[in-house]
Amino acid sequence: MKAPRFSYVRPESLERVLELLAEHGDEARILAGGQSLMPTLNMRLSEPRLLIDINRIDALKGISLEDGTVRVGALARHAELLDSPLVAEHLPLIAAAMPHVAHVAVRNRGTFGGSIALADPAAELPACAVALDAAFVLASLRGRRTVPARSFFHGLYETELAEDELLVEARIPALAAGYRSSFLEFARRHGDFALAGICCHARIDGAVLSDVRLACFGSEDRPRFAGAASAAAEGRAWSGEVKEAVKAALGGDLDPIGNFHASAATRLHLARVLAGRALDRMAAAG
Amino acid sequence: MQEFIDIALTVNGEPVSRRVEARQHLVDFLRNELGLTGSHLGCEHGVCGACTVRVDGAVVRGCLMLAVQADGADVWTVEGLSDSGGIADLQEAFIARNALQCGYCTPGMLLTAAEMLEAGRRMTRTEIRAFLSGNFCRCTGYHAIVDAIGTVMERRFGG
Ligand SMILES: Cc1cc2nc3c(=O)[nH]c(=O)nc-3n(C[C@H](O)[C@H](O)[C@H](O)COP(=O)(O)OP(=O)(O)OC[C@H]3O[C@@H](n4cnc5c(N)ncnc54)[C@H](O)[C@@H]3O)c2cc1C
Ligand code: FES
Ligand code: FES
Repeated sequence: MKAPRFSYVRPESLERVLELLAEHGDEARILAGGQSLMPTLNMRLSEPRLLIDINRIDALKGISLEDGTVRVGALARHAELLDSPLVAEHLPLIAAAMPHVAHVAVRNRGTFGGSIALADPAAELPACAVALDAAFVLASLRGRRTVPARSFFHGLYETELAEDELLVEARIPALAAGYRSSFLEFARRHGDFALAGICCHARIDGAVLSDVRLACFGSEDRPRFAGAASAAAEGRAWSGEVKEAVKAALGGDLDPIGNFHASAATRLHLARVLAGRALDRMAAAG
Repeated sequence: MQEFIDIALTVNGEPVSRRVEARQHLVDFLRNELGLTGSHLGCEHGVCGACTVRVDGAVVRGCLMLAVQADGADVWTVEGLSDSGGIADLQEAFIARNALQCGYCTPGMLLTAAEMLEAGRRMTRTEIRAFLSGNFCRCTGYHAIVDAIGTVMERRFGG
């Protein structure tokens, strides 16, 4: 189908974007990569009056390392994250996740900020942000604030972003000494949204795990920090027994939503298997 | 803030300027305004890849990009790539391997394959399939398409 009528504006400055958002509120939509917004327009699931195209705002671009923190601009495209040596070295979790995000042509346009702002429950990047304890910088004419990833995602496509706010960038702690990451997902077809997926990040000393952070996606209405499963591995040497404890604890963390793609029981089973394998790989990697 | 916007871009190497409706996507612009009907529309919501075109050197979904966003861009379609001769070997391999039947997906397949070839190296069949995962073919299946692309990689980058 064809998109409904709307007006279009391509501001040249961040300030102007924020003014337009303040002025038009819910009548306006930010257009980033368009890889999720355009389908909803073409299917007429959404009929905004105004699209604010942010693609030419330089302040939102780029990926850089500053004092042990990686700054990922909202407009960093999926393809840039995939190809970035900086991401490969300092954010190996995200580097491992990127090949699973959509397909080449979608990655060439889709943006990091768009994925976070959209908050699709099956998307990879929101869960990576949760596992890595990222923080998001949100801006409006009212000012700037920084929100931790763990409290940013409120529910199905619901986030902490207010109507007049723009996601400017993420600040993600770079891989620290002794830490490792592991990422796994299960999808029907390469590049599709996952039926279940897991992000693991932890310190590993010999075989002993600490600061364990497991985040699941594709199970519930939002990416879920698996607190009980993470605690089950905390301070313990990785073993078959610990693996079983993690898998069991995951049942307390997750209350998966079943649909025609997979039942709740299947999703929980997949999350458990993936968590066990991801931690196996992490422990074996050294 | 407008519903109609003047744009200027190059399409297949030729400068073009037009006034477009904000809501018009790039493939409708190419097909309806410029008569370049090689880029197809299947799903019109990002799933099938029939609309694949090259914008500023990278393949994109033509149905998910507005024509107005291509203002100032360098756009290439299957017509331009064919005329340039740059994918003649790929097209020959598609024919030789029966990598098309109805041909609806073919322009998108060729554009995506052209980007794959730009990596300048041979890929495994698994890599080729992953790269093609965003392009649907509803009649030929993918085996022959992967064969055709593999053949060209072998010829261009050695066995
Ligand atoms: C066929 C297909 C397969 C896909 N598969 C996957 C997949 O496997 N995994 C996955 O994660 N994604 C997948 N996607 C989605 C893709 O990753 C999108 O790029 C992403 O979800 C949205 O990013 P975008 O830049 O395209 O955002 P847009 O579509 O431009 O915007 C999405 C939403 O976020 C808002 N928004 C965008 N940027 C900002 C900002 N900076 N501040 C505030 N609000 C903002 C917009 O207003 C809109 O509501 C797929 C898409 C397609 C078409
Ligand atoms: S028509 Fe664009 S992806 Fe199907
Ligand atoms: S040849 Fe018919 S869809 Fe591919």
